[in-house]
Amino acid sequence: MNARVALFVSLLALVTAPWAAAQGFGGLGTQAEGFAAPERGARLDFPKDHGAHPDYRIEWWYLTANMTGPDGTPYGLQWTLFRSALAPFETQGWDSPQVWLGHAAVTTEQAHYTSERFARGGTGQAGVTAAPFEAWIDDWHMRGPDFDKMQLRASGSQFSYDVALTAQGPLVFHGDEGYSVKSEQGQASYYYSQPFFDLEGTLTLPEGEVTVTGTAWLDREWSSQPLASDQTGWDWFSLSFDSGDKLMGFRLRQADGTYFTSGTWITAQGGTAALPNGSFEAEPLAVTDVGGREVPTGWQVQVPDYGLDVTVDALNPRAWMDLSVPYWEGPVTVQGSHAGVGYLEMTGYD
Amino acid sequence: MLLQVKALKKSYDGAEGPVPVLRGIDMSVAAGDTLALTGESGSGKSTLLHLIGGLDSASSGEVLLNGQDICQMNDAGRAEVRRKNVGIVFQQFNLIPSLDVTANIAFQARLAGQYDAKAAGDLADALGLGDHLAKYPEQLSGGQQQRVAIARALAAKPQLILADEPTGNLDEATASEVMAQMLQLVSATGAALIMVTHSPRLADRMGRQLHLRQGVLV
Amino acid sequence: MIATGLSALWSYWRRNPLQLFTLIAGLALAIALWSGVQAVNAEARASYDAAAATLGEGQYDQLLPAAGEDIPQETFIKLRRAGWLVGPVVEGQVGPNGAQIRLVGIDPLTAPGGMGPLGGSGIQLPDFLSSPPVFANAQTADTLDGIIDAEIIIEPTVAPDTAITDVFTAQRLLDAQGRFHRLIMAPEQPVGRPPLARIAPELTRRAAQGGADVGRLTDSFHLNLTAFGLLSFAVGIFIVHGAIGLAFEQRRAMVRTMRALGMPLRSLIILMASELLVLALIGGVIGVCLGYLVAAALLPDVAATLKGLYGAQVSGTLQLRPSWWISGLAISVLGTAVAAIGALLAVARMPLLASARPRAWAIARGSMRRIQMGVSLGLLVTAGVLAYLGEGLIMGFGLLACLLIGAALALPLLLNGALGLASHLARGVTAQWFWADTRQQLSGLSLALMALLLAMAANIGVSTMVSSFRLTFTGFLDQRLASELYVSTESEAQARAFEEFVAPRTSEVLPLLSVDTELAGLPAAVYGARIGATYRENWGLLAQATEVWDKVGAGEALLVNEQLARRADLWVGDMLSISTDTALPIAGVFGDYGNPIGQAIISQTLFATLHPDIRATRFGLRTDDAFALRKTLTQEFGLPSSAITDQAQIKAFSLDVFERTFTVTAALNVLTLSVAGFAIFMSLLTLAGMRVPQLAPAWALGLTRRQLGRLELVRAVVLAVLTAFCALPLGLALAWVLLAVVNVEAFGWRLPMYIFPRDYLMLGMFALGAAVLAAAWPARKLARTPPADLLKVFANER
Repeated sequence: MNARVALFVSLLALVTAPWAAAQGFGGLGTQAEGFAAPERGARLDFPKDHGAHPDYRIEWWYLTANMTGPDGTPYGLQWTLFRSALAPFETQGWDSPQVWLGHAAVTTEQAHYTSERFARGGTGQAGVTAAPFEAWIDDWHMRGPDFDKMQLRASGSQFSYDVALTAQGPLVFHGDEGYSVKSEQGQASYYYSQPFFDLEGTLTLPEGEVTVTGTAWLDREWSSQPLASDQTGWDWFSLSFDSGDKLMGFRLRQADGTYFTSGTWITAQGGTAALPNGSFEAEPLAVTDVGGREVPTGWQVQVPDYGLDVTVDALNPRAWMDLSVPYWEGPVTVQGSHAGVGYLEMTGYD
Repeated sequence: MLLQVKALKKSYDGAEGPVPVLRGIDMSVAAGDTLALTGESGSGKSTLLHLIGGLDSASSGEVLLNGQDICQMNDAGRAEVRRKNVGIVFQQFNLIPSLDVTANIAFQARLAGQYDAKAAGDLADALGLGDHLAKYPEQLSGGQQQRVAIARALAAKPQLILADEPTGNLDEATASEVMAQMLQLVSATGAALIMVTHSPRLADRMGRQLHLRQGVLV
Repeated sequence: MIATGLSALWSYWRRNPLQLFTLIAGLALAIALWSGVQAVNAEARASYDAAAATLGEGQYDQLLPAAGEDIPQETFIKLRRAGWLVGPVVEGQVGPNGAQIRLVGIDPLTAPGGMGPLGGSGIQLPDFLSSPPVFANAQTADTLDGIIDAEIIIEPTVAPDTAITDVFTAQRLLDAQGRFHRLIMAPEQPVGRPPLARIAPELTRRAAQGGADVGRLTDSFHLNLTAFGLLSFAVGIFIVHGAIGLAFEQRRAMVRTMRALGMPLRSLIILMASELLVLALIGGVIGVCLGYLVAAALLPDVAATLKGLYGAQVSGTLQLRPSWWISGLAISVLGTAVAAIGALLAVARMPLLASARPRAWAIARGSMRRIQMGVSLGLLVTAGVLAYLGEGLIMGFGLLACLLIGAALALPLLLNGALGLASHLARGVTAQWFWADTRQQLSGLSLALMALLLAMAANIGVSTMVSSFRLTFTGFLDQRLASELYVSTESEAQARAFEEFVAPRTSEVLPLLSVDTELAGLPAAVYGARIGATYRENWGLLAQATEVWDKVGAGEALLVNEQLARRADLWVGDMLSISTDTALPIAGVFGDYGNPIGQAIISQTLFATLHPDIRATRFGLRTDDAFALRKTLTQEFGLPSSAITDQAQIKAFSLDVFERTFTVTAALNVLTLSVAGFAIFMSLLTLAGMRVPQLAPAWALGLTRRQLGRLELVRAVVLAVLTAFCALPLGLALAWVLLAVVNVEAFGWRLPMYIFPRDYLMLGMFALGAAVLAAAWPARKLARTPPADLLKVFANER
């Protein structure tokens, strides 16, 4: 999930552009002076921690969904709100050091629609409140009376969507009770998810409106320096199997060609088991040339401890997010020892 | 045989149709030959010399140099023959005024890619130009200019030297001296020499004489 | 072989450095003037573009308050949260009066892409947000230094007299907390957003203008400059043509010898062409550098002119742009190619055995002369046809080109005739020799004389235009600026009080009411006028219907200015629509010199009906005692004296604008004439070397060298005088074309033409002086030719 950090930091990338390549993707590996740092054993406090943490440098509310139309056509959608702090505090007004960034996308087998929004904090153009919950930027929002029942909306010049989310299971905490380690040197973030949303609503596409149903996965993460300086990008998977079990796993690519992997095995009831470095394995099987870049869009994913050996294929290999910070993000299908659907995110391939 | 001329004809366009200048010339010159071409004004001597040198094109006939007909060549081919096989000492192809004596002497040899600075220096010395190498043509007397032209022709080590009244503008004493130097140098290189001249005395110093009258050899 | 050939060709230039200098200098001058003018134009255009990009005008749709000036911050948030992708702008003036800087605040996060300093420059977003500095170009930064309380960063891409900063900083510096002045819309908006009327009915949407207005207005000015640049370039190319022609003629013998010695013709042509290419590149590089200096010298005046005429801000400092280098070098090579193509063809066609003696340089032999005469006549006839039928600015310049080139080609023929006549009439051996010799010289000098002719004609034409303009404009100002005092009030309330106060104290109060709009699809202003004695007595109209003032005063008709009438092809009697449901007949057309845009005048009453929200805050006052009235206004009504302007001040200001406009023209004029003088000088100097054989017989027959030198001077004077006589009618024709054709197309008004004999005489003297100066050195050189050199002519055949 560090991947998301990068996106979020698309703004930070501007800050650190000249040395981003040398110091981790998007500046995520840079020092975070003055900002708070995650601590092992801290207890997360809800609903307060659903809201923003301005004293951390980066934070996101990241939702992906696999859906089908009335005729069974598969769709994917993404809704993301990033917060990036230039200084560890918030003020009311235009001198706020908090910058907000929204990404939204809808993916079909043939097309991939994206949109991007920017705002600064302190003005009311974007923000997050914990209770009642609302995360918004411009006319995009994810909001509801609480975290289990929300309405989600976004729009771009070619698409919009408006869907309802209802949680069918508990929150899931990654790593050590939500303290998720990202490198052997100990960089970490707070990281929890709600992977059990049922979804129903409407997509508006250039060819018309489509009623959809499906499942959604919401990630929450915040930190100040989640990547080591020699980590150059990542491949992140969130997979939901027909059995009801779920898997979150990521592979951080390091400058010397080695990987740091981590993951969480989630049972249908919401029980979790953290996967230590090395127990989650992902190998590219096929690459696609998107916008002049070679991106792996077919994978073999294995978790031997749980008897998992599957191939993961992109629904639309051209799901490139050609935004201020470009990356690949799109729905996938899973076949092999387990069948299912999910989302794949890959960064650092440009 | 170095040079063979066969049935060579040349006419110019006049106001009332073609005016024949050469009416069928046959001649041959071997390496080392020295040949005087004599004849009255308008008899066609200079035209013949131009055709042999590839400076003009014939109406019909052949000019075989080393067996190759230069009448059949294009401009580039004839230019190559001129710079490699023929040296000319003509009144009308003067020195290049903006080059000094050394550069003028070296010019054709350099074009032909066979310049030998020492040989050229020896030539200049033999022609008495040693003290004038850095001068420009306008600073030289007529005799000196003609000596430079001779040195230029010889420096390229051609097989055939063509000379058209080379001493025509010189006083008699100078002419005689220049002539003697030229003959000596030509014989030293083993080249053939064809010279157009009015002067019977100069013609007598050559190995052979051919006389032209109204475009035919007599 | 290549190296040998090149070194022989190059040796010619080494032995004739003067010709080399002429060639390169001619090219360099041509390129300098051309690229200098281009640079000025490019700089101005870049300034307009920078302004448009910075301020988002033209490129994007905008939301503006329908009334008032401010948009509350909440409205912006409301629009964003409804899905309207808009970016806020705060703007205002900072700095002292007279040197005000436009401070623009934008929000880099919501501004449409490519706008402001973040688009393309090296500025980083966090720098912009975390400690917002102010970005400005170096000049503006100097002005702002110490005035504003913020860090200033120099960014050359920012438009002149403009500073950009973050919206928050701008609000602080402009004391506009919580407010914006306009919102810029991103070109791509999300689907399904609610209409503007539901979110913010108090805002109106203004469509993108698709190109800066000011660019459209200034086009004609730039076209004028371009025409001047082209003219100078043509003069320069004449010089180059001459120098190349001379060099090729003089190298005929050498070329023949090189070929006889075995250099193939093809290689030789290629070598000569490459030699010229190198020279063209050298000349081009020097020219572009000189052009930079020319541009740097001209730019401040051009900038002042553009500001005065059109209100367009142009940066006063030049940036060296790569495109100049490319275009300068390209045109240098192209110009050289044009000038050399004839000479190269002649070399290609020259038979190996033809006479090697240089023909008299560029001699106009019988057939050539006939061709030249034919071309000249053809061009002059074309010019006549264009003058009669042509329309449009490009056509106007086409007419100019035909006229000038046709006349230039005719010049040698005319001079030849004149000299032939003179030699026919001459008595005495020396005189006859002189005329015949001058005639022989003519072919060598004809190109330089053509250049002189063009330069003089351009000078006469342009100075006639400028002076005619000045006379007309001064007269126009006297007539138009009838009010003795002009007063600005600060608010509508003060204006009402002022009118009540001043009415009994003056003979007439003339409110100045106007609104910017479009008329007949052109940018224009509509004025509301209180028709009274002042209008009736002072305003001369170019064309009018009967009872024009009664009709206009009654709101039944309107007046339009000449530029609107000509551009929209309207005249007295035609209808003109001034609002969606109001169209009135045109009752009169008035001259409006110096105004770039169209104008219509309607009655004050009608204006108030059409634009009820616009009230006059400025007034013209008629009085017999301006001094006393001024005193009353300041002492009794309490107006600050800065709010009162008297007639004389406005006149001085208006005239100043026009003086500046033509400073540029005058500078180019002088430069062109200098280039022509240089052409004569160089031609004479190069010819002097070839003259010895021609002068030797005259010397041998008893003329002293001193006499010969003096005759050379006289010859230059005679030729210059004859050329000047030809230049006068040509210049007047040029002036007519400029005033009656080009001016109408470019500025929209036609000017009466006045003749200024004294100016022409001065110009003639100047040209004569230039010719004498140009001839002096060559003549002196001839007079000092050692007798030995003259003797040599007889001693050996050269």
